Amino acid sequence: MILQDSQGTRMDVRAVIIEQIEKVAKQQQKTLLPLTDDLPLLESGLDSLCLAVIVAVLDDRLGLDPFSGESEAPFPKTVGAFISLYENAV
Amino acid sequence: MPSDRLSLWQLIARAGLPPGRFIEESGGRVAWRDFAAGSSLDVDAAALAAVALDGLVRRIVFCPPDFPEAQLPAAIADAGVDFLLHDGTVAVPAGLPAGRCGTTLTPAPVRPAGTEDTEWVLFTSGTTGRPKMLIHTLPGLTGPLDDGMAVAAGAVWSTFYDIRRYGGLQILLRACLGGGSMVLSDARESLAAFLARAGRSGVTHISGTPSHWRRALMSPAAGAMAPSYVRLSGEVADQAILNNLKLAYPGAAVAHAFASTEAGVAFDVRDGLAGFPASLLAPGGKIDMRVEDGSLRIRSSRVAVRYIGAQAPALADADGYVDTGDMVELRDGRYFFVGRREGIINVGGQKVHPEEVEAVVNAHPGVRMSRVRGRANPITGAIVAADVVLSPGYEVEAVAAEVLAACRERLPVYKVPALVNAVEALDLGAAGKLSRRA
Repeated sequence: MILQDSQGTRMDVRAVIIEQIEKVAKQQQKTLLPLTDDLPLLESGLDSLCLAVIVAVLDDRLGLDPFSGESEAPFPKTVGAFISLYENAV
Repeated sequence: MPSDRLSLWQLIARAGLPPGRFIEESGGRVAWRDFAAGSSLDVDAAALAAVALDGLVRRIVFCPPDFPEAQLPAAIADAGVDFLLHDGTVAVPAGLPAGRCGTTLTPAPVRPAGTEDTEWVLFTSGTTGRPKMLIHTLPGLTGPLDDGMAVAAGAVWSTFYDIRRYGGLQILLRACLGGGSMVLSDARESLAAFLARAGRSGVTHISGTPSHWRRALMSPAAGAMAPSYVRLSGEVADQAILNNLKLAYPGAAVAHAFASTEAGVAFDVRDGLAGFPASLLAPGGKIDMRVEDGSLRIRSSRVAVRYIGAQAPALADADGYVDTGDMVELRDGRYFFVGRREGIINVGGQKVHPEEVEAVVNAHPGVRMSRVRGRANPITGAIVAADVVLSPGYEVEAVAAEVLAACRERLPVYKVPALVNAVEALDLGAAGKLSRRA
């Protein structure tokens, strides 16, 4: 899924999310398991603060906050579901 | 343009509006209001009115220049105002006697027999919520303080505060009582013009909030003045702003004071370090202080008398202590202000004071000013975000990376900003404090 931002820059949503997960994990000194779509988020090595930071940064970078809407969708449980949530929000 | 130096005597000599006239009309109570948007003489007129009315009226309500007109009727009702003294730009409520501020005002030479002590009513300067009215007395506002500002005649005072707020009124009264002169600031004047005027006028003593000072130091005109005494109050003075002021004004004593409209002036700190020595809490001092539930409580002759209003909360506890709402932490024999109780950011149940994060962010030379705020977050309720005003020549990416590295080194992980945004400027509220929106 490719997203074009307001400056016309094209971004691959999945790549941006993976990059951000790895960046935040490194900043917060968390050891990540290999990121596969089936990997449960909370077993990936990320804690809830890491996820909070990732969601905030993605909101700024992608202009997407799939959690802000009216929908009461449950929080995604796997890395794949997390990425899909953003791809579906494009 | 106001004259560059206004001594109390000049102010009085300029007088012309006979106080007797509107005192008679008012039946004893006067509200005074003017707007910074009016003529430059408004600020002078405010000083004149304060000088002229004290001792003649039961109560003076000072409306700051930004006072929302929509709140005027409620304030008039709550304070029992009988007369509105204004500058002609306000819609006078029907039925309320009112008169225009003159450019001059004559204080009565003798206080009439049988008059009560005048209550000086000031609005609180909080950054959140509707301002409340507080009663002070002149003795409480001017009580002796050994705090480095009690200087010899010849001082030229100034302040970034409006004189209709506690911080500004303090300086006006000290200038009046100390026989010095004062350079009044004007909300419509540019910062650079004010700094230049302060320099031309030879200002020796000047006060403002840390936010006022951060802005002043960003101005090329900061070097136009050479004060001998620089004072900070109203917000947490972090080490960075204290150091930067010392660098900018090497000849000045830099002091930070604890004062609020509610608690009055409590103490000042002159050792150039943030926070204050725990020894100030020892019994036998000029004022009584204690820390309860993490916040500083103050009891002194300078605290306000009470709030005005139908549903007014109690100002002090049963022992007479005012809860300042300023949270402190004891580290190595010194108390440090960590922030306001109501300003806490809740990150997944862990509490963060914006000010403690700002103190770390502001220590970076590339940061002129910062505001740390909570940002709503679906995972933790809120996370910490920082808005920074960059120093010239710095790039946001590099500064953000270094600021975050410093934060990670010095703060628990949940207090580290998740985001650092560069902004052109940060708003100051009317009282000179950084605007903090929820």
